Amino acid sequence: MGPYGADVIVALHAPDGFLAPWVALATGVIVVLILGLALRASAEELGDRRIPLAGVSAAFIFAAQMLNFPVASGTTGHLLGGALAAILLGPWVGSLVVAIVVVVQALVFADGGLTALGYNTLNMAIVPAFGGWALFRGFRRLLPANGSGVVGASALAAGASVVLAAMMFSIEWLFGATAPVAFDRVFGAMVGVHVLIGVGEGLITGAVVGAVLAARTDLVIGAADLAPADLAERPRVGARTFALASLLVALFLATVVSQFAASSPDGLERVAQDHGFADTAEEHSLADGLFADYATRGLDNEGLSLAVAGVAGVALTLIVGWGLASAHRRVRISTTS
Amino acid sequence: MIDLQTSTHRHLHVHGTSPIHGLAPEAKLAGLVAFVLIVALTPREWVAAFAIELALVVAAITTAHLRPTLVLRRLGAIIPFVAFALALPVVGDGSTTDVGPFALSVDGLWAMWNILAKATLGASASIIVTATTPIPQLLTGLSRLRVPPTIVGIIGFMFRYLDLIVDELTRMRRAMRSRGYDPQWLWQARPIAASAGTLFVRTYERGERVHDAMAARGYAGTMPDLGTESAEPSDWVVALTPACIAVAAVTAGGLW
Repeated sequence: MGPYGADVIVALHAPDGFLAPWVALATGVIVVLILGLALRASAEELGDRRIPLAGVSAAFIFAAQMLNFPVASGTTGHLLGGALAAILLGPWVGSLVVAIVVVVQALVFADGGLTALGYNTLNMAIVPAFGGWALFRGFRRLLPANGSGVVGASALAAGASVVLAAMMFSIEWLFGATAPVAFDRVFGAMVGVHVLIGVGEGLITGAVVGAVLAARTDLVIGAADLAPADLAERPRVGARTFALASLLVALFLATVVSQFAASSPDGLERVAQDHGFADTAEEHSLADGLFADYATRGLDNEGLSLAVAGVAGVALTLIVGWGLASAHRRVRISTTS
Repeated sequence: MIDLQTSTHRHLHVHGTSPIHGLAPEAKLAGLVAFVLIVALTPREWVAAFAIELALVVAAITTAHLRPTLVLRRLGAIIPFVAFALALPVVGDGSTTDVGPFALSVDGLWAMWNILAKATLGASASIIVTATTPIPQLLTGLSRLRVPPTIVGIIGFMFRYLDLIVDELTRMRRAMRSRGYDPQWLWQARPIAASAGTLFVRTYERGERVHDAMAARGYAGTMPDLGTESAEPSDWVVALTPACIAVAAVTAGGLW
């Protein structure tokens, strides 16, 4: 496990007490509700095959997360697999399977805290599975309806799903920071790093989906709407060209995001001082409210932080909500037909 | 290349006959969750409460006859967070204090302490429970604690096939290596991903075969309860003692 892997774990397998108790509680409630829905939906999709198939799939995801792949001369990375599970198994079964892997890792392997299960499961299972599924559906519409389109959409969605998870973590940090590091710095660092991690996640996920399509097209739920003949058509892009191109794009994005987070607070602060509203902004802080100890600690520059958090939160809600909605539609279609 | 096998559950349980080994699994799990909850809720300034919680963890390790090195080795899972926590006094904002030649953030130092203490105590408690409870007992404990049977069933299948699947992955990697595949760069990773794809197909087909075999033996969607002895009141008392002492410690800390 290289430094690459370590960063992924910092984001996602958080230990006990890493975020404030109410964040643990709130995320826990959300996760239990969604998993309840996933349990019901998976029963409709798989029937009495549910326990054995979800069980071996969970073992697969567990094994796939241990699979390390090379990144650059000596450094290795490993797969998170949330979007992969959703694309192969459908979002309901996929999120359930990855959630179970996260719970087992905490309970049995002491990997991630038991009281941190709410946010860890949300970040590692729910957001990547449903967010990844929504993005996958979106990219499928933009790309040609053939094997290449499915592989490309899988790669893009999986890469972006890692960034979504990093955004989710940053938003949780805004509400439940336990350390005096401002939201915009956490956001910049997390999203910046995860854009790069997303390149590996995307490339590997795309290639895994391609390999499954080549063997058994019916095992990729995300391609269920295509006929085998369409899927057989797979013009190729060289792996090296693709890897280098996406790495360049990711580097560019990462630099932009982290620059924005690192420099603009100062800029905004100066504007505030120039116009003399820096003091009024102080008084507006949430310090007197419920979040006295924590929320303000996560805020360096309120205006900017809240704007970034707001945009990220709305985007996340829309994407994950779309994933949930389209997952729901999929179950209805499969039960009525 | 990491040794994949050491990471699976094969070696998690340490055989023993200590009182902690003998506790009913549901009581042990409830005691674990209660204790970890108290640890997570302990205010970071109450150092004495953390000391008492640490003493409880050490007492449990001793009672269970576990080697301290084993617990320390398994604590490796939290190392990334140790690195993160150690950075906090440097990157943290707010007032600073001089430690040697460095000006460190006071709030950051407290945050570092908070994360280190809670992560270590929480993970150690989990390690004690998994080292003294075989997986089948853990599953029984979960279902007695009213975890939905489907979830317990899925976890059970996951464990039953985990080693098999990891072994299959290891064999694939070994076969690739013996043919001279030694990737250095991300764009050379396609064969690894292809092997993962193959592994998924094999795994899923194995699941389908297993389901056929189960259906042939009369399975209709629910797992039979194999049942072992359930918890005696004394099990609950023993298992919840650490959590109760921790509550007392935290309450006392609040009164000071």
